[in-house]
Amino acid sequence: MAESENIVAETAEKIFADLADAQTINRDQKGEWKAPLWQALSDAGLPLSWVPENCGGSGASLAEGFSVLSAAGRFAVAVPLAETMLAGWLLAQAKITSPGGEMTVVPASPKDRITVNADGSLSGRARGVPFAKVAKHFAVLASNAKGDFAVALVDGGKCRIETGLNLGGDPSDVVTLDKVQPVTIKPAPTGFDQARLMLMGGVARSLQIAGALESMLDISVRYSNERVAFEKKISKFQAVQHNLARLAGESAAALAAATSAADAIANATSFNDEVFLEAVAAKIRCAEAAEKGGGIAHQVHGAIGFTIEHILHRYSLRALAWRDDFGSESFWAVELGKLVARRGADELWPLVASR
Amino acid sequence: MTAALRFDPIRLPSECEQLRKEVRAFLAEEIAAGTFDPHKPNREDTDVPEFSRKVGARGWLGMTWPKKYGGHERSFLERYVVTEEMRVANAPTRRFFVADRQSGPVLLKYAPEHIKMEILPRICRGEICFAIGMSEPNSGSDLFAAKTRATKTDGGYLINGTKIWTSSAHIADYMIAIFRTSPPTKENRRHGLTQFLVKMKQPGIQVNPIGQITGQYEFNEVVFTDHFIPDDHVLGEIDGAWKQATSELAYERSGPERFLETYYVLTELVRAVGNNPDTRSAEGIGRLVAQVHTMRRMSVSVAGMLQAGKEPVVEASIVKDIGTIWEQQLPHRVRELAAFVEETATNRETLEKQLDFAIKTAPKLTIQGGTTEVLRGIIARGLGLR
Ligand SMILES: Cc1cc2nc3c(=O)[nH]c(=O)nc-3n(C[C@H](O)[C@H](O)[C@H](O)COP(=O)(O)OP(=O)(O)OC[C@H]3O[C@@H](n4cnc5c(N)ncnc54)[C@H](O)[C@@H]3O)c2cc1C
Repeated sequence: MAESENIVAETAEKIFADLADAQTINRDQKGEWKAPLWQALSDAGLPLSWVPENCGGSGASLAEGFSVLSAAGRFAVAVPLAETMLAGWLLAQAKITSPGGEMTVVPASPKDRITVNADGSLSGRARGVPFAKVAKHFAVLASNAKGDFAVALVDGGKCRIETGLNLGGDPSDVVTLDKVQPVTIKPAPTGFDQARLMLMGGVARSLQIAGALESMLDISVRYSNERVAFEKKISKFQAVQHNLARLAGESAAALAAATSAADAIANATSFNDEVFLEAVAAKIRCAEAAEKGGGIAHQVHGAIGFTIEHILHRYSLRALAWRDDFGSESFWAVELGKLVARRGADELWPLVASR
Repeated sequence: MTAALRFDPIRLPSECEQLRKEVRAFLAEEIAAGTFDPHKPNREDTDVPEFSRKVGARGWLGMTWPKKYGGHERSFLERYVVTEEMRVANAPTRRFFVADRQSGPVLLKYAPEHIKMEILPRICRGEICFAIGMSEPNSGSDLFAAKTRATKTDGGYLINGTKIWTSSAHIADYMIAIFRTSPPTKENRRHGLTQFLVKMKQPGIQVNPIGQITGQYEFNEVVFTDHFIPDDHVLGEIDGAWKQATSELAYERSGPERFLETYYVLTELVRAVGNNPDTRSAEGIGRLVAQVHTMRRMSVSVAGMLQAGKEPVVEASIVKDIGTIWEQQLPHRVRELAAFVEETATNRETLEKQLDFAIKTAPKLTIQGGTTEVLRGIIARGLGLR
């Protein structure tokens, strides 16, 4: 298990290193790097990691898929890998076979609702859907008047898409479904609801943020050992060292929170309060780390890091952008606070200590 | 990658859950019997000898040490559970905690056999209290500036000088201290310090209490005047204490006591807010819970590394750095949220008293056990910057 986990992650890591080098991407104004990268990822079966073999995927474990997302975060790749993985996973929940090509999930925010009409068509509007413009298919989670959830495979061409960009410059679109007939629709398994999808997406984003922070730490340390000011490497100034130590702390906190949550979900037998705590805590803490850690990385880089030519923004802006997907940290903090209050003061420590 | 920081998601094994139940049941009994009040972190009676002995009798001291010294050969993760449950309950651990966490492991590593046989079982029984003699009036962060001298004499050493900020020295039976046995060398300014086991309440040792801004007395000045220490009380290598001191740090720095010292105000806030909080309170509580959960996951992860025989010095320093800053900010965040608590909250008075005390406690949290600045220096070294 541990060994195969490494093989999947190593494959991903190698493809990114070969085809998603930040420097190359940054110089390529036209985005020509995307096609060969996506092709290589697809050839390796990575976008459909979480789809069982009998549903057209490569049947990797949840843990293996999560390690792919960490690697994707370290390279801050802007292709719909996480989105297609999530979509494939969602479809697989209802035993729907995944088609090839780019996919994304709808909705991508806990506030948006897609409804199943009486005639089996879908209606609703979802904001901030990552890569909707690029995706050939959507995996949609919708509910009917009775509140039963269904999973649907929808042809992206049948929906209205208003394009938008997130902070990192990646597609983040508004998707409107106006009585769209899905390609396939099946009931979601018992107990599966929108919170479950949002938390899975949130953990994916947490791993990506943590990965981006690892890279920010890495390039900031390297830069501080190269840049000379006042006749010294800036890494020799105590103030700079302390900033980097804080960045290491934020990076470590994000990594710990995200990997703990991924582990919790990969091994969960039921979706209880403990798993909820792990997932939302990761999203909240990683978002905080993106803000604090990203700020320090920029400080250490000085003006050069503020230029479009430098690679820092690939990591810092994406980490900031990823905070907003699948529920922001403020949204989840309110939900977590309500849960804690509902359980009562004397149940708080038992909850925290349960893992 | 420059820094391969890893915090694996270590899970506490099932024996820990059984143990946790036992500790909770024990603490509930002690609270019911009036041994301590979990709602009064500011109580005066933080030294409760009977409580220590009961904890020892349960087998919760020296948990990871060899059986032949009275230990229990259990795991660091089991010890972790006992520590965090005691801390969250505000149990009076003052008498035994330093010995269990730090002094015992030093003796295990560096003391001669007959001293181990004599002292370790007594620590395990909760009978004796230890103090740590590192800081001096002109040597805090710069540990290696210590001046208190140990001069060789017949059969031992004579000690002269002053230690300061020595927690629990007034109740301690022993202190593990560093003294200067020779001057630093040109090549190595850390050279020349030696670790000693000091028997307190002996001639030539005077303990002067120092009050703290919380109104409590916990630390002291300790003055040595021609105090005699026999040869067999030298711990480890003469002049080589600097090598020994660093490996001690991972134990001192990453435990649950490093982020839970003001935790009680969070529980009390949740109580005051009730089961239907407004949005602002809910968000505030949610963030704090997410943060403490993350801290704890990191801390458990370091305990797992210790269990695996590693020396996670950088990771432990990171946990202490962000842990102590968290516990320092916590009372202030709770205070902000407490402004919205209903006047009628049944625990309002308790919350206010706890906040007062926690806010007074907060300034020390980033100083004791190594300041934030010093820790960041250690982390920077780990990152390859120094
Ligand atoms: C409650 C409490 C309990 C304690 N218990 C014990 C104990 O039991 N035994 C014991 O030996 N000691 C104990 N200490 C002492 C503690 O370890 C020291 O206070 C600490 O190491 C700092 O030393 P100092 O107080 O001399 O401050 P200083 O060393 O004078 O430092 C003052 C300030 O300057 C900063 N500073 C100093 N040098 C540097 C540098 N190179 N770079 C950047 N900043 C720097 C420090 O971080 C600090 O903010 C205790 C302290 C407290 C508060």
